[in-house]
Amino acid sequence: MNQPNNHLDLIDLEKRYGETLAVRGINLSLPENTYCCLLGPSGCGKTSLLRMIAGHEDITNGTVFLDNRNISNEPPAARSTSMMFQSYALFPHLKVIDNVAFALKIMGVGKTERHARAMELLESVQLHTMSQRYPSQLSGGQQQRVALARALITKPKLLLLDEPLSALDPFLRIEMRSELKLLQRQLGITFVHVTHSQEEAMALADVILVMNDGRVEQQGSPIELFTKPRNTFVARFIGGHNVIEGEGLPVSIREDRIKLTPGGSDKVTGVEFLGSVVRLKVISDRGPLTVVQSDMEFTKSKLDLGDQVKASWLKKDQLQLEA
Amino acid sequence: MFDVKRHSATLLSFPFAFVIFAFFVVPLCLVIMVSFWDYNSYSIIPDFIFTNYQDIFYGCVKSLPDLCTSFATYISSLKFVFITWLITLLTGFLVALFLVFCVSTLQMQIVLFLLCTIPFWTSNVIRMISWIPLLGRNGLVNSTMQNIGLTDSPAEWLLYSEFSVTLAFVHLYTLFMVVPIFNSMMRIDRSLIEAAHDAGASSFQTLANIIIPLSRPGIIIGSIFVITIVMGDFITIGVMGGQQIPSVGKIINVEMTYLQFPAAAANAVILIITTLMIIFAMTKLVDIRKEL
Repeated sequence: MNQPNNHLDLIDLEKRYGETLAVRGINLSLPENTYCCLLGPSGCGKTSLLRMIAGHEDITNGTVFLDNRNISNEPPAARSTSMMFQSYALFPHLKVIDNVAFALKIMGVGKTERHARAMELLESVQLHTMSQRYPSQLSGGQQQRVALARALITKPKLLLLDEPLSALDPFLRIEMRSELKLLQRQLGITFVHVTHSQEEAMALADVILVMNDGRVEQQGSPIELFTKPRNTFVARFIGGHNVIEGEGLPVSIREDRIKLTPGGSDKVTGVEFLGSVVRLKVISDRGPLTVVQSDMEFTKSKLDLGDQVKASWLKKDQLQLEA
Repeated sequence: MFDVKRHSATLLSFPFAFVIFAFFVVPLCLVIMVSFWDYNSYSIIPDFIFTNYQDIFYGCVKSLPDLCTSFATYISSLKFVFITWLITLLTGFLVALFLVFCVSTLQMQIVLFLLCTIPFWTSNVIRMISWIPLLGRNGLVNSTMQNIGLTDSPAEWLLYSEFSVTLAFVHLYTLFMVVPIFNSMMRIDRSLIEAAHDAGASSFQTLANIIIPLSRPGIIIGSIFVITIVMGDFITIGVMGGQQIPSVGKIINVEMTYLQFPAAAANAVILIITTLMIIFAMTKLVDIRKEL
């Protein structure tokens, strides 16, 4: 099912609502078959960006290219994209099979053929036994698979997912997350996935765009972002970093790179046991720090609330940030 | 001991159940009961006879294909029901569609919705009668048409005609369509419209495949309102039809003024049955459409 012609290019994409700029000049070039996450706090413009790519939001300025074709002014269905909505937006009055086959019905495909093709897709998401049910008779996870099948029936080159996992409970979220990734690899198409959870983005993406205030703060693979956050916002949002004042500019130190030695002027103010690691809060002379220790390290140090310690780290672990 | 907490739901249902029972079930049963009673010119006599029903349809089958009074009256009423239903459904649906999907802010929706209800601050009869100076022989419409040379003599069909009755029905009852359909449409999740658009549906396809099926409860409720009201109406038909057009309600009304309560009751029962049959047939019809 490999469809190699699906690279996505965004040129100076901009969205303006009245006076406010929701998306400010975004440039992006995604290689083929990429899992891309748009990550950012709510109101950062990530959903507007996704909806502009999908064709559900007018583009104020800029261009969207999919496979070198300018799709900026095409209607959604002519873009070879497909969107999966946040609350799935399944049609409540249609059976599962008719939900999945909806786009084919619109295209004028006959009932037998469209049902056969919908059944095929339902089988691939293990829901073929549910085809005659209504969406309200399915669990959240099942509804999500139906939404996925419905989005895929047009064989899109690009699947756009708007917070697809936010309606699921935490356990199911992790399970569906790995299924999404697997599906993206199997289908060989590009996924653009909007999320506000850095954990989700880290787990799924080949490329993450960290967005804030309509801008891309940093773009890169999860490893790049985690090892080299460019600025304070990214370091804080990605998590796992302490941002403290350096000489003039802020610096970041990864939480797991800080060493605590007993006896010093710093004070332990919090201990959270999280299984394989322990997270400690320390008030130091350079500000509050979060320190992550492995459970073995923690058992050795036997630190407790109120203990006096000294926090230290290697110079090479200290990362210079832009403002 | 009686546990109030455990039975609170049952207890809470009592007041409304009582209202329904006292003001709907009991009167209905009384009407059905009286419809089998006998009567003479000054009293009604408890009995169990079918004469009242036989009188309604007396000679009706024998005289076919000529229509007896009852059949002619029912057909006249049904015609008004059908035309009024069609027009109010169409306008009501379009108004609701406009309010819900074309008006972008909630504030504006509320303002326009209230605007629709303002005419209801005056009584039915006044709104009806206000058509008369407009449509009469020397009314505004006729004099305007004559002044601009559209017609030489005043149009007679404007007032005291089937046209004026239908016009008044549509005027009075379109809102009964708008409100329930508006209510159903407001519940449609906007993302469903987008999802249909994403699947390539045109506005018309979205309307046919998504909006109409999901407005179905509102359409049915509105239709029931309009059908039952028009079926039983005799004031509008009387006033706007110049007392020249028969209606089932008028028959019942006349029988009651002559104190022929059992006959009126029998007519009422037939009217209820007819109305229920129309509504039943209509809901079935909508069901069939869904299966296609």
